[in-house]
Amino acid sequence: MPDGPGQSNTGTVEDDTASVGAGLDALDTPTAADTRGCGRKILGQVLPPVVALVVIVAIWQALWAAAFWPEYQLPAPADVWTQIWDRVTSGEIVGFLWISVHRAVIGFLVAVVVAIPLGLVIANFSVVRRGIGPIVSGLQSLPSVAWVPAAVLWFGLTDASIYFVVLLGAVPSIANGLVSGMDQIPPILPRVGKVLGAGRLASARHILLPAALPGFLGGLKQGWAFSWRSLMAAELIATSPQLGVGLGQFLHNGMSLSDMSMVMAAIILILFVGIGIELLVFRPLERAVLRARGLNGSL
Amino acid sequence: MTATLEMGVQTGHAVRLSGVGKTFGEGRRAVTALDGVDLEVAPGEFVCLLGASGCGKTTVLNLVAGLDAPSAGEIELNTSRPAVMFQEAALMPWLTASRNVELPLRLAGVKRADRRARASELLELVRLAGVGDKRPHELSGGMRQRVALARALASAVDGDGNSLLLMDEPFSALDAITRDVLQSELLRIWRATETAVLFVTHDVREAVRLGQRVVLLSSRPGRVVQEWHVDDIDPAAQAGVVDAINTRLHEVISSHA
Repeated sequence: MPDGPGQSNTGTVEDDTASVGAGLDALDTPTAADTRGCGRKILGQVLPPVVALVVIVAIWQALWAAAFWPEYQLPAPADVWTQIWDRVTSGEIVGFLWISVHRAVIGFLVAVVVAIPLGLVIANFSVVRRGIGPIVSGLQSLPSVAWVPAAVLWFGLTDASIYFVVLLGAVPSIANGLVSGMDQIPPILPRVGKVLGAGRLASARHILLPAALPGFLGGLKQGWAFSWRSLMAAELIATSPQLGVGLGQFLHNGMSLSDMSMVMAAIILILFVGIGIELLVFRPLERAVLRARGLNGSL
Repeated sequence: MTATLEMGVQTGHAVRLSGVGKTFGEGRRAVTALDGVDLEVAPGEFVCLLGASGCGKTTVLNLVAGLDAPSAGEIELNTSRPAVMFQEAALMPWLTASRNVELPLRLAGVKRADRRARASELLELVRLAGVGDKRPHELSGGMRQRVALARALASAVDGDGNSLLLMDEPFSALDAITRDVLQSELLRIWRATETAVLFVTHDVREAVRLGQRVVLLSSRPGRVVQEWHVDDIDPAAQAGVVDAINTRLHEVISSHA
């Protein structure tokens, strides 16, 4: 080891380096910026959508009051609200929501289980990617309602038909999300993994999957939206007494009875569930993941 | 442990390259990046590999690191896994600083408590004891590079003078003051750990300041052109050596015009 001629004063030189280094660390460390109060932050989040909603309802009320269209085409906001409120007070709404949401959740979870291996295989094997990659991306643009007739012919008016349609809607988006998440991993990270001693499996577990997580979460979010849409399409078309009444059937019943206020009530409830799950489940999840990586905490 | 000790006694080098060549591509479009490179780094020695862009110095490092296989020649390593540091820190953005340092230990199956202890030891070594819980985006560029150094040191499995640290222009993306500080820090850590270092750079001044030996590589194909022992020269003579190496480097580059 070099114990050079400058040995006698290395002590002071090293102290100097240490203090300069510490000063640089203090100066260069990025500072957290958000200084707004918690109350104002929540207000800033909540106020704009509430204002937008009030404006939309006001326009609706004005159009209804102007009576451009007959009542059976454009009902009053209050009538639609009454439809919803009646279902709430009679307890029927619990049944609608339970039937639809539990189907969507089960369908979504099965879709996740199917899509993860599918996505991993497509992302990691170029032959598979060339073979079925375009088909999986293509399936994303095929409206899953197109599967309903086939499902009904194959499985009859059963839960199996409904789950079939939900799966075909959700699996391609989740798999694609995982593939694009893997594609966006900076190539340096798997190389670092290799020099740190990660084998193929350890690299997938400790480096590739966590690195792909933001893209994968985007895929999950889209997969949920597709499950929910596909489910509504399936429920709307495949109606039968033994399937029970979900939100889709409720909408179908409104159409059969030519009751516009019931139809709009159903649409609002469907929208409400879709937005609710997104806000309660996916938004916080996505925000936590992105925040932890210093990416865009303003969501 | 005895096995590694014996190996250290038997062989007098941390890494030895003999006649190493590397060709990318095939047929007419093949590019020869390295041709007959002979290079030896002794245990505990600090060697700087110097060359213009495209001379294949990074290729040498990739070959030694095992990220790529040589087309010809042999590479003998005296350690089962060299520590590698890249130009970017390349920390895992989802892990805290100390978890990043723990990662190679985790991959090697080290127990949690031992991992923790080793990681905090290494963070202390790079003077980052207080920031173990921070995420990479909360650290400055120089701090990230030091975490990367701690992580690289954690990945080197054998200690006891057998370890080898490979560095690929690790400070070139940093500002001048930070680079200066990190160079002194690297020298301090090198003395403390007694590891051999193979340091790739295109900066002559940096090479002379850090290395005990400076090896100049020619470009396309990369060959060892000349080497200088810069260990014992006094600071006054340093400028002269830097000039001499610079002149030779310019000659090598001009020969491609």
